[in-house]
Amino acid sequence: MAERCAVIGIGQTHHTARRDDVSIAGLVREAAERALADAGLDWGDIDAVVLGKAPDMFEGVMMPELYLADALGAAGKPLLRVHTAGSVGGSTAVVAANLIQAGLHERVLTVAFEKQSESNAMWALTVKTPLQSAVVAGAGGYFAPLIRSYMQRSGAPEDTGIRVALKDRSNANKNPYAHLREPDLSFETVANSPMLWDPIRFHETCPSSDGACALVLSSERAATGGAHPPAWIHATAMRSEPTQFAGQEKVNPRAGQECAQEVYAKAGITDPRREIDCAEIYVPFSWFEPMWLENLGFAPVGSGWKMTYEGATAPDGDLPVNMSGGVLSSNPIGASGMLRFAEAAMQVRGQAGAHQVDGARTALGHAYGGGSQFFSMWIVRSERP
Amino acid sequence: MSDAERKPVRSIQTPMRLTYHYTAGIATSRFLHGIAEGRILGQRCPVCTKVYVPPRGSCPRCAVATEEEVHVSDRGTILTFAIVRVPSENLDVPLPFACVHVLLDGADVPFFSVVQGCPLDEVRIGMRVAAAWVEPDRLAPTLQSIRWFEPTGEPDVPFDQLREHL
Amino acid sequence: MREVAIVSFAQSRHARRDLRNEVEILLPVVQEAVQRSGVERPFDFTCSGSTDFLQGQPFAFVLALDAAGAWPPIAESHVEMDGAWALYEAWVKIQTGQAETALVYSFGKSSPGDLPEVLSRQLDPYVVAPLWPDSVSLAALQARAWLEKSGRSERDLAAVAARSRRDAKGNPHATVAGDFAIDDLLDAPYLASPLRKHDCAPISDGAAALVLVAGDRARQVCERPAWIRGIDHRADLHALGARDLTRSASTRIAGEKAGVARRPVDVAELHAPFTHQEYILREALGLAEDTQINPSGGALAANPMMVAGLIRIGEAARRIHDGSARRTVAHATSGPCLQQNLVCVLEGE
Repeated sequence: MAERCAVIGIGQTHHTARRDDVSIAGLVREAAERALADAGLDWGDIDAVVLGKAPDMFEGVMMPELYLADALGAAGKPLLRVHTAGSVGGSTAVVAANLIQAGLHERVLTVAFEKQSESNAMWALTVKTPLQSAVVAGAGGYFAPLIRSYMQRSGAPEDTGIRVALKDRSNANKNPYAHLREPDLSFETVANSPMLWDPIRFHETCPSSDGACALVLSSERAATGGAHPPAWIHATAMRSEPTQFAGQEKVNPRAGQECAQEVYAKAGITDPRREIDCAEIYVPFSWFEPMWLENLGFAPVGSGWKMTYEGATAPDGDLPVNMSGGVLSSNPIGASGMLRFAEAAMQVRGQAGAHQVDGARTALGHAYGGGSQFFSMWIVRSERP
Repeated sequence: MSDAERKPVRSIQTPMRLTYHYTAGIATSRFLHGIAEGRILGQRCPVCTKVYVPPRGSCPRCAVATEEEVHVSDRGTILTFAIVRVPSENLDVPLPFACVHVLLDGADVPFFSVVQGCPLDEVRIGMRVAAAWVEPDRLAPTLQSIRWFEPTGEPDVPFDQLREHL
Repeated sequence: MREVAIVSFAQSRHARRDLRNEVEILLPVVQEAVQRSGVERPFDFTCSGSTDFLQGQPFAFVLALDAAGAWPPIAESHVEMDGAWALYEAWVKIQTGQAETALVYSFGKSSPGDLPEVLSRQLDPYVVAPLWPDSVSLAALQARAWLEKSGRSERDLAAVAARSRRDAKGNPHATVAGDFAIDDLLDAPYLASPLRKHDCAPISDGAAALVLVAGDRARQVCERPAWIRGIDHRADLHALGARDLTRSASTRIAGEKAGVARRPVDVAELHAPFTHQEYILREALGLAEDTQINPSGGALAANPMMVAGLIRIGEAARRIHDGSARRTVAHATSGPCLQQNLVCVLEGE
């Protein structure tokens, strides 16, 4: 029943700490115009717009899709706004793909952004009400105990996280859009960087970025004839579970496991480690690489760190992970999920330049959010389904 | 002056203040009244029998309302922790501090708090701790009535016994 | 398009100030909608609508998931919009063939903040929001323009309020209901000329939920399914100076795409938080004189933000479920001065 859907245009901004040369509208438009140019299309070719971003309190603009309707050429068109916490960039792309798959539209523009410099994310994430005492310090304060739990359970070497950080930051040096570019970063620099939320060090933490990402998705009819080959969407999946309940598995959440199982099954993948050529997964703190490798079924529970340790996730490994430098190197929160999905599509289109994985034909894009409870994923391929 | 001579506007300040009058909800209100009396009240799920604290009036696992109120101990076991060294707005506690998940005796979900009363490098998974309350005349319907948790000196709980809660 | 029907609907009693938390408000509503649907969990898809700014806490929707029945994990999404758009996303998911059943819900707790002031945060953050124009004042600009253009009077506005409140006497969920003489209403002072209190929707806390089922399965679980025969939504420009405030171009397009005019409409539930907007919407949808408007009392009787649009769809479905109407139209709006609009056409067999 579902129509085929392809990614035919990809655009992103240069992610940086402070884009004070553009407004929020200017930021999203920059990404959207690059995606349209990549697709060889113009604003008038777009049938519908889907916008995603993380909490509105980050920028202090309530439901910013209303204000952004003008900049995104949405007047007279359907305009949707998705918000599924940190996974939103991925979920937004999934919702946009659904519009094509349902046969409703030929070409959909989807955009995700965060302009953290116009806001105070730490404030917005540590809201204090008179009813509670605030002890959870932002996202790092929330996730650090889960990482400690993983370390204890897996017995992973203590420098696993340092190795992930070095690999991702090294990949970022090959990505002209990455926020953090640190060619001289050494093992010692990461290891000696201050503990922010012990066991998370400064250099094992994602930055705060301004940035946006945009995709043009199209039906099969509209997918051909562009300057670049399309990335075909073979499967999408989303899964959620409650924030906290008795007996919850927080380190290896069931929602993530089942989301992965669904997206693999829909794409006909039975051995993900062998059949997937590269993966962009949402790793805001270095230790989440081994944790998600297990959750995604790339490694048995308790041994994800071995893949990192043995170099399997390096650009020349058997499963390159976060070729773009990942969330660790650029984190415009609302856009971070879509950037993962976009990188997966760039890889199978052969568009990734210096961070291209040779011969990548099947790629996974992954995003998560909330308290490790919201997941969205897609599998894209160079081949038509 | 021509447009080319003008400097671009790169930043404007637009202060924003909104006032909200929060309500805690029915279940959490009962919990906070208990706190004001120096007691920790949880709620038990009628389906899975797990005890939630602080209660929010429902069991997220079973999606049913919780009504049965149960007393939960103010002692418990550290399930996991982080040492917070980074400043953040709205934080109540001076840096650095140990942010902990405590499994209170009689509860089935971890309780977020802070540990004081021992060197930070002694904080560990399995450590037994107890709530340090404010002076009785300063008890109020707020979690600030529990200043922090501190070690009890009881033997640690072995990791294997905590596995289900991690 | 696949046939999709609304098979059940439930809503809270919409109080001016509900002391329960969002999960405590939502849980009984979701349970009622699920139970009435005759569909066993798990649903193939769940989608919700809400916005953080109402209660001033980020991730409001995250805790609301506690009421959804999200264990084992569910396929789920959330729009930072009225629940009517959550319904749209769920309908799309069913159209892709990835779902046969869907649970849709939304909630809104406006009482903690000053709603008209909070809504000013929706405006252009650089040049409009810093002026703090509240939602009632902006609606008054639109009302003035419409009165001038249409030649109608404030008495016509009060007539909409009186009818809505009278009809709401039969709606146990309403925040405001009763018999009011138009002359008495017109004696009240202006909130923002030409609008008086009765011209503005009340502030309400509340929640609503409904269940969508595809094809024959809907016929199995529901005696009279409310079939979605057309659904579309459109946005207008945001800048108030850039659009004709006396019309709703986006509603007109959505209504045409949804096929409102194809056959007579028995009942229309229009999401008009201000009296004059009902006239603008009627014109945009081309509704006939004999179409009954807002028998529930509409948003003027109860307006839980992010829920009131979904309620319009639920109320329009309810008329099909109880056999009192054969063809109904529901409309939802969002943003300042009717910026964004959704239209849904429902029919019985």
